[in-house]
Amino acid sequence: MSTELVTMNIGPIHPSTHGVFRMRVTFDGETIIDAEPIIGYLHRGSEKLAEERTYTQVVTLTDRMDYTASMTNNQAYILSVEKLSGITPSERGVWLRMIAAELQRIAAHSVAIGFLINDLGAWHTPLLYLLREREKILELFEMMCGARITNSYLRPGGVFMDAPDEFWPSLNKFLDEMPNRLDDIENLLTDNEIILARTQNVATLKKDDAINASVTGPMLRASGVDWDLRHRNPYDYYEKISFRRPLGTVGDNNDRYLVRLHEIRESLKIVEQCLDLIEPGPVKPEEVPFLVRPPEGESYVPIEAPKGELGFYLVSDGGIAPFRCHVRAPSLINLTLLRDMVIGYKIADLFVTFGSIDVNMGEVDR
Amino acid sequence: MTKVLLGSEIEDILRSNFKNQIEAAGEDYVQISNDKSLDLFNYLKIDQKYDLLSSVTSVDRISHFEVVYHLTSLQKNESLVIKIKCGEGRIDPKVKSVVSVWRGAELQEREIYDLMGIMFEDHPNMKRLLLWENFEGHPLRKDFVS
Repeated sequence: MSTELVTMNIGPIHPSTHGVFRMRVTFDGETIIDAEPIIGYLHRGSEKLAEERTYTQVVTLTDRMDYTASMTNNQAYILSVEKLSGITPSERGVWLRMIAAELQRIAAHSVAIGFLINDLGAWHTPLLYLLREREKILELFEMMCGARITNSYLRPGGVFMDAPDEFWPSLNKFLDEMPNRLDDIENLLTDNEIILARTQNVATLKKDDAINASVTGPMLRASGVDWDLRHRNPYDYYEKISFRRPLGTVGDNNDRYLVRLHEIRESLKIVEQCLDLIEPGPVKPEEVPFLVRPPEGESYVPIEAPKGELGFYLVSDGGIAPFRCHVRAPSLINLTLLRDMVIGYKIADLFVTFGSIDVNMGEVDR
Repeated sequence: MTKVLLGSEIEDILRSNFKNQIEAAGEDYVQISNDKSLDLFNYLKIDQKYDLLSSVTSVDRISHFEVVYHLTSLQKNESLVIKIKCGEGRIDPKVKSVVSVWRGAELQEREIYDLMGIMFEDHPNMKRLLLWENFEGHPLRKDFVS
């Protein structure tokens, strides 16, 4: 039996839209028959602002794009600047930013999983377990650079200061404890019957569709495509590191959850390997000036951010500010298929699917 | 490591079938003409296995506009850059939409239209993405004054 169609606005102010996302959804009863994402509520014109700032000042803008993953945003931007201006970073600086980036990945995936479970209706308890672990990472960041969220830790050539002595025991303590905390979370969630019933075979995404729609990151790997830029295009010192790449088989919401959970464990291993390989030394080459002035040209260095392929396309006209700074934002591009994924499912599956895509509105709108 | 193709290598791939469409080759990109660009992109996607459209973006070059495509081949682990020049003299910039080849261009092309004012012909839903419908002008253009 079909009923009268109802079109409803969900968001932009809604607890399950992870910020200011709005969807115009048409329902037949409880079944979704159309969904259109409407975005732009957090648009701050970062790309335009970057054209009026020096290369070093733009680092602060990148923090505010995906604000759950500032360190990886910094990393993508700095790698592009280094390629553009031919700067060779100092070794210790690179190890420090890899440690920071992997810790950031753990923090970002914790947020993603926590809010996904929250969207499923498991109010707050699992979320707070995960946010508690994220809090420890934010405290580590505070030791490293004085900031918790908007870090601005990286500079062309490395990082702006070395981590203090008390950072290392705290980091080791975190690495020792985190696997046990993950076991707790897995015991609580992974085999939970309600979660399985709600996520398995919901919003399945096929391999070819995912590639064709430029979907990247954990979402692509959940569909079974072995594409991780840390492995396929090792930037920084990732080629000296070994890690597994968890893959999904079905590409449903449950796979997207599992891939992220397993990636947290791999990130812990990567940080441990970095700790074995890091050596004392300068964190930034002396000769890199504060005011970087790259020659004319352009660069694009994609990295594996927690959400997917993140890259800054920089065009230089030889001046002190970028002529053009474009952000390849994985959050925005992963949304391309949202409509196709939710059509035919119930209203309750809409938020679970949206949560499993894991977008950050700061990055969608920039 | 992903191999980033040089301009001359991209030319070699395209020379056999699309010789007339190559307008210029830079150090690490090839500039092609807008006519029949979809044939060329389909050839790159299907025959040359460049299955992932990493990013589409645009640059305001003052005298004209440029649309820049970053393509990646997951199988071959290679990437290349294609550029299309449009809107000579800043008048009426438009290029063909590649949504029919790669779905991933859908939101990115809308963003370019919104912020840079380049029209994409045959795009299924060509309207502003981030700004509201009545907004005047395109902020990423160099002559935009807020």
